[in-house]
Amino acid sequence: MYRLRLFASRHSRSFERIYTLLEGAMVAMDPVFRRVGYRRVEAVLTPIERLVKSLLFDCRMCGQCVLSSTGMSCPMNCPKGLRNGPCGGVRPGGFCEVKPQMRCVWVEAWSGATRMRHGEQISIVLPPVDHSLKGSSAWLRAAREKAEVRRAAKEAQRTTLARAFDDAREHEPSSAPLAPEPETSVEASRERRT
Amino acid sequence: MTPEITSSAPTRGRLEAVLRSGRFAITAELNPPDSANPDDVFEAARPLGEVADAINATDASGANCHMSSLGISALLVRAGYGPVLQISCRDRNRIAVQGDVLGAAALGVRNVLCLTGDDVSAGDQPGAKPVFDFDSVSLVRTLRTMRDEGMFLSGRKISDPPKLFIGAAENPCVEPLEWRPERLKKKIEAGADFIQTNLIFDMDRFRTFMARVREMGLHERAFILAGIGPLTSARVARWMRSRVPGIHIPDALVERLDAASDPAALGQRLCIEAIQEVREIEGVSGVHIMAYRREHLVSEIILQSGVLDRRRILKG
Ligand code: SF4
Repeated sequence: MYRLRLFASRHSRSFERIYTLLEGAMVAMDPVFRRVGYRRVEAVLTPIERLVKSLLFDCRMCGQCVLSSTGMSCPMNCPKGLRNGPCGGVRPGGFCEVKPQMRCVWVEAWSGATRMRHGEQISIVLPPVDHSLKGSSAWLRAAREKAEVRRAAKEAQRTTLARAFDDAREHEPSSAPLAPEPETSVEASRERRT
Repeated sequence: MTPEITSSAPTRGRLEAVLRSGRFAITAELNPPDSANPDDVFEAARPLGEVADAINATDASGANCHMSSLGISALLVRAGYGPVLQISCRDRNRIAVQGDVLGAAALGVRNVLCLTGDDVSAGDQPGAKPVFDFDSVSLVRTLRTMRDEGMFLSGRKISDPPKLFIGAAENPCVEPLEWRPERLKKKIEAGADFIQTNLIFDMDRFRTFMARVREMGLHERAFILAGIGPLTSARVARWMRSRVPGIHIPDALVERLDAASDPAALGQRLCIEAIQEVREIEGVSGVHIMAYRREHLVSEIILQSGVLDRRRILKG
């Protein structure tokens, strides 16, 4: 909805906060999602994401959501689908070249970005859309990516330690293990700690 | 001039050489023919080539169909000029564009200008399917990747990468004014070596823009060429303002043209003055002349502006 879309970019900061929480929760759920299977989770989550985001942002489900870098103004609503800023045809008053009755998506985006904590992200150069991902869940994709990065960082930490103390590993293998921990025991220990 | 095939390719095109040596560069836009006759291109290039370091071959600008920019560029190379191949994101997807750039480089084209492109609704075939697979910024980054990493966007290797001088456009005088310098920065970050702006008729707006550009140090990271062109009458000015996307002409200017006894002469004089004015703005490295249907006047305008006085034009 056009009205709600404008509302969303005018309250970009609140939506930024909400999304940060949502993403954190989903990253934390990664072990569960992995056990259930991301495909199955996606089947449930995608319709919800579609409903929420199409209502609030006129989301087109490109599957590669970049709202956090576009002032909460969805760039897929730009008739030219521009992902990196406005075209040169913006009309006086900030209206769209192609749809003169609509506010330029990118005029809204820049002003939305100024209200956000990480508004400077709008200067990140974004790649073209991968059209093969259309219709899939961007939320899950982002969460999966973050979880993966975290896992890889942990992995790197462990292997660095194991290599640095290779003597210890040889004689006391459990003190500097190279083999990855099974998923469940890591979770169990995390649960024990909390 | 008789067209000839240039065989030895220098490592730098003339435009890049002029800019890098700190001389004031001149580029001019060619009016693309609606024909399949190469002579029409040579004919159109002649009055521009006398003064221009590079000639822009437009890519269906205004979404109107003409001879392709690649075709024109190849002909210009053949005739000994340095073309700027304009690539609009409107008509071709990433597969076509990357292939075209390799083809262009193989034909001797050095300079490319990455543009978003006017919407199809502005042109003579509004029913066409708009593509916009890239936007101008992701296109710039893609070309830089092809040149510097020797790779397609897919990661596949390019055995002989294209040697490109990568350009992007900016429109300093239209909304959102305060963000235009930020957008320019993004284009430079993406990999633009030079910038050609859209037509500037509002010197105040352009000065404000350039002040911010200098504050951000952008003029030290890319060469900025100011877009200048003559207006011929108040009627034309009004038509452009309402029909050509992205053109801002102040009312005061339209009124002056209205009141003038010889508006075309006034337009030409204002154009010359504009060139002289931008010449004095710090951070402006050259001018890009867009004299639609007034191409025959380009060399006269440039010579009268005196910007060439301080330098000798390089050959080749
Ligand atoms: S004016 Fe704004 S919304 Fe319209 S096509 Fe250009 S960038 Fe997109």
